[in-house]
Amino acid sequence: MYDFYCTNSIKTWIIMTISHSYVSDKFFLLLISYFCTFRNAVLEFECNKLGHSIPAARKTGTTICGVVFKDGIVLGADTRATEGMIVADKNCSKIHYISPNIYCCGAGTAADTEMTTQIISSNLELHSLSTGRLPRVATANRMLKQMLFRYQGHIGAALVLGGVDCNGPHLYSIYPHGSTDKLPYVTMGSGSLAAMAVFEDRYEQNMEEEDAKRLVRDAIAAGIFNDLGSGSNIDLCVITKGKVDYLRPHDMANKKGVRTGDYKYKRGTTGVLAKAVTKLDLEVVEETVQTMDTS
Amino acid sequence: MNTRGLRSQLKDSVPVTGLGTQIGAYGVQDTLRSGFSSVKNELLPSHALELSEKNFQLNQDKMNFSTLRNIQGLHAPLKLQMEYRAARQIQRLPFLQSSHLALDTLKGNDESISFEDILNDPAQSEMMGEPHIMVEYKLGLM
Repeated sequence: MYDFYCTNSIKTWIIMTISHSYVSDKFFLLLISYFCTFRNAVLEFECNKLGHSIPAARKTGTTICGVVFKDGIVLGADTRATEGMIVADKNCSKIHYISPNIYCCGAGTAADTEMTTQIISSNLELHSLSTGRLPRVATANRMLKQMLFRYQGHIGAALVLGGVDCNGPHLYSIYPHGSTDKLPYVTMGSGSLAAMAVFEDRYEQNMEEEDAKRLVRDAIAAGIFNDLGSGSNIDLCVITKGKVDYLRPHDMANKKGVRTGDYKYKRGTTGVLAKAVTKLDLEVVEETVQTMDTS
Repeated sequence: MNTRGLRSQLKDSVPVTGLGTQIGAYGVQDTLRSGFSSVKNELLPSHALELSEKNFQLNQDKMNFSTLRNIQGLHAPLKLQMEYRAARQIQRLPFLQSSHLALDTLKGNDESISFEDILNDPAQSEMMGEPHIMVEYKLGLM
């Protein structure tokens, strides 16, 4: 709950408290619980009336993609999270765990994808404990699309869901409003067109694992170099029956340079002419111990 | 402005405890505890999803009961609703948090986690009703 007191300096208080509540990366921007939601909508309106806009949500910009190969799925993602025009996180993890055999890449608002995948992961775990079986990708897909449709696109989460279950490898793309597509190769995010161009050129059915990894790596690299919202490293996740390889980072496409020069002067640069040492005599006058109030 | 359209959006007068502006000290509206006051917000929904979310559980139940009635006959939803009503009565005094365990198990909510379980945790709520007043109100002594 983010109650605050409206003092005379209403502007500063509103900005301070709103920025405090919105900047934290795990803070759930989507307004769900009744009291918080509608008060937040009122706060936003009051804020805009005074002429200030609320700080931008942290989006992941992003290039994410997935491909089905002979034995399973390869998911790929870049690692940059942006906040307006600034890079908020140079190495964020966009491939989220849903279940031991299902992983999900998320584009859109960072908090939305994070919380959505965590909730679905918990629900899927409860469901699989109840059925006693390994969860299926179609179940995760159905849970996600029902939740996203319920919130009518206000949850800004565009996901690429992939996994291997008893029926083989499956790959779905899920849009924020709740529509899903089941395809052999999908891309999402702001760099999706760049990545899709690479896929359309070089995708074949029943690729080998190394070819599939190279293809996904190149697709994400295309997104990283041609889209401002994507950057830094390339993460891969290879899911096959019984095995998951989470390669983070698989490839560091944008390495930060190493400084070649140094402005610090080495000792002895300036010659020492004379040295005089004066000791300061300090004596201990009083020694007290103050215990912490740990009650 | 399409007033007919607006009217269809007016919230139903569902009696909710604590609605209306709270009068704090000095007879002024207590902004700290009850937030901004706006007549518009009490009549029209302030978020596009407000009405749909408020009625979501009701609509789901209606849909499920009507499907159940079509498949199994009238007795099925009736018996189920009777069980819900019985389970709903298992609760603590009004100002304490009840777990609604039996009701959740009947409805199947014990096998799913949603935003109601994560956000707005009543255990973290900063306000508590006046115990004596609430019990008197519940028992009808007030």
